[in-house]
Amino acid sequence: MGKRVALTGNEAAALAMKQINPDVVAAYPITPQTDIVQYFSSFVHDGKVKTEFVTVESEHSAMSATIGASAAGARAMTATSSQGLALMWEMLYIASSYRLPIVMPVVNRALSGPINIHCDHSDTMGARDSGWIQLYSESAQEAYDNLIQAVRIAEHPDVRLPVMVCFDGFITSHGLENLEILEDSEVSEFIGEFEPEYSLLDPEHPVTFGPLALQNYYFEFKRQQADAMTKVAAVVRRVGMEFEKVSGRHYELFEEYRLGDAEMAMVVANSTAGTAKEVVDELRAQGKKVGLLKIRMFRPFPKEEIAAALSSKQIVAVLDRADTYSTMGGPIYNEVRSALYDEKLRPLTMSYIYGLGGRDVGLDDIRKVFSDMEASRTAGKVSEPINYLGVHE
Amino acid sequence: MAEQSAALDTRHERQYSTRGVVLMPVPTTLKELSKKPEILTGGHRLCAGCGAPIAVRQILKALETPVVIGNATGCLEVATSIYPYTAWRCSWIHTAFENAAATISGVEAAYRSLRRQGKVKSEFRFIAFGGDGGTYDIGLQSLSGAMERGHRMVYVCYNNEAYMNTGIQRSSATPLGADTTTSPAGSAIPGKPVPRKDLTAIMAAHNIPYVAQASPSNWLDLIKKADKALNADGPAFLNVLAICPRGWRTESNEGVEIMRLAVDTCYWPLYEVDNGVWRITYKPKDKKPVEEWLKRQGRFKHLFTAENKHIIEELQAEVDRNWQRLLELSEKTS
Ligand SMILES: Cc1ncc(C[n+]2csc(CCOP(=O)(O)OP(=O)(O)O)c2C)c(N)n1
Repeated sequence: MGKRVALTGNEAAALAMKQINPDVVAAYPITPQTDIVQYFSSFVHDGKVKTEFVTVESEHSAMSATIGASAAGARAMTATSSQGLALMWEMLYIASSYRLPIVMPVVNRALSGPINIHCDHSDTMGARDSGWIQLYSESAQEAYDNLIQAVRIAEHPDVRLPVMVCFDGFITSHGLENLEILEDSEVSEFIGEFEPEYSLLDPEHPVTFGPLALQNYYFEFKRQQADAMTKVAAVVRRVGMEFEKVSGRHYELFEEYRLGDAEMAMVVANSTAGTAKEVVDELRAQGKKVGLLKIRMFRPFPKEEIAAALSSKQIVAVLDRADTYSTMGGPIYNEVRSALYDEKLRPLTMSYIYGLGGRDVGLDDIRKVFSDMEASRTAGKVSEPINYLGVHE
Repeated sequence: MAEQSAALDTRHERQYSTRGVVLMPVPTTLKELSKKPEILTGGHRLCAGCGAPIAVRQILKALETPVVIGNATGCLEVATSIYPYTAWRCSWIHTAFENAAATISGVEAAYRSLRRQGKVKSEFRFIAFGGDGGTYDIGLQSLSGAMERGHRMVYVCYNNEAYMNTGIQRSSATPLGADTTTSPAGSAIPGKPVPRKDLTAIMAAHNIPYVAQASPSNWLDLIKKADKALNADGPAFLNVLAICPRGWRTESNEGVEIMRLAVDTCYWPLYEVDNGVWRITYKPKDKKPVEEWLKRQGRFKHLFTAENKHIIEELQAEVDRNWQRLLELSEKTS
């Protein structure tokens, strides 16, 4: 079993990368991810990793070089945030389409404009349909654990898809946390050797990556990608169970917190789940039947499991740290609502957009959401389905 | 053709050794070259007379090890890799338009890492091919980054002086006055209003081991340069002229002749910058006027009028200035 250490989220992510010890890392600095690149540079320059470190001139090139390295049979990683992820956008789709098991920590930060360096989820939510698996992390511990599990998930023969591991900028990336880490040997044993099915560097078997596929073939490539996504949940579960044996920490597709008998449920991803748990405990102490569902795997979306966990609730409020600008509420809200559509019992639902650009979300904000839910439940209807929490109107 | 046949007799003697592997010298006679297997095979869908595959095949004649080729989006890429077929007898990767250099730099990084770990045994070379759009314009940043980082790779720009794949739009390699679909020869603005930029010099300013400018019309010169580029101890860049009969509005059987005129007018001088030493590799006996190159191509037709004559003069002045500069640089650095 591992040891306890005090680390920031970025230190934890960099440590996970060091223990994964990738063959190639290509990365570019951006707040709040920068520390990861800096720590990793020290590992390289102090000879602590075997990694070939490619100090690219942009995130577009970071993802391009990572794709090239992965296609060449290397275990390849990068890391980014916000504008960096936006600049990679073109290449994200290419990475997933080429079925490359790249693992990338993304430290969530608001997208410009106006420019802002603080946390929200508009960056990774903007990439939600790029064919990447997305895992969200409440804490530095979860970011660390998710990164290690992500290698196994991405490289699983049923999957062979890239994974982004998301955690909150500054709140998690720069906050100091006591966490439990694994031994280097435990990590390398857990992830094993990468054995690529195809490599550009096999002289006996030349391969083609990225041909032109027209009307007669393109669709089949895309169908296979969609099919691979249907296999992900089972792999995430299995890897989670194996990880528990090594770490003692339990991972599911999402976390249920006092949700079983709850009548009013909140859904949220990343660090705000910690604040929400506090309020759930407080309201439970007052005898209120409230609970929380914390999103872990957002892509693919575990629709049956989430529907089963929420359909019997009277009301569900979904908190999103990103907007869709569709006038239909946040991205997680839309997925949750859609997942519930086929259920016989359907709770009332509410969307709360919160914390954009790092706007603080405190206990009072969460309390307000629960009291709104209570009012709607009593009224038997939701009069304001789309809400902006903590904004100065 | 006189210089060419004279050159046939000059075999290179050199046997070089790279990481313990003694490699055979590159053949330099047509007979021997024709025996080397083609890596880019027939059956691709490039137009008749296209300069790109000629350049590629000549360059690959210099190859002596397995290779991974990267392609930027463009004519060469789309016409050689139509799924489920490929014209490439080697490992090949295309990802996007502006990033062939970054992509192949990642492949090269993987190679370095895996070879160090003993996981890859064979010696490989890495070549990226991009059109002038993918190189001079949208891919310049990615190219500059990869060259500065010192990857052992060769970047080849097959330069047809416009975005041909999307239908002949101007690029920053398009010469002054040329008629393209985004710099049409209109009644108010007669073709491209600004001159091309000098990418070969920009790449030389990266102080990488090897930079050269070449043309498939002077095939032995090109193969020798490819050989040097492939064996440079670090990044190398080749800027290779590649005719586009559709875009230049020429007949498909005149390519070599027309590209030779680019060389003989010094519009496209052949030179190299080998570890900082500038060397003109071919000096035309009599430097022909630029008009001789221009008049063979429909894209310059509108320049041959009284009111546009000054554009030809400007082009001539640019060519002369550049040639003079090359002469001086090769004098200074040799
Ligand atoms: C990011 C991006 N922008 C634009 C395009 C459209 N596009 C594809 S090929 C091409 C032109 C290629 O020109 P060049 O690099 O000169 O190569 P050529 O077609 O002449 O071989 C363009 C504009 C693209 N594929 N990707």
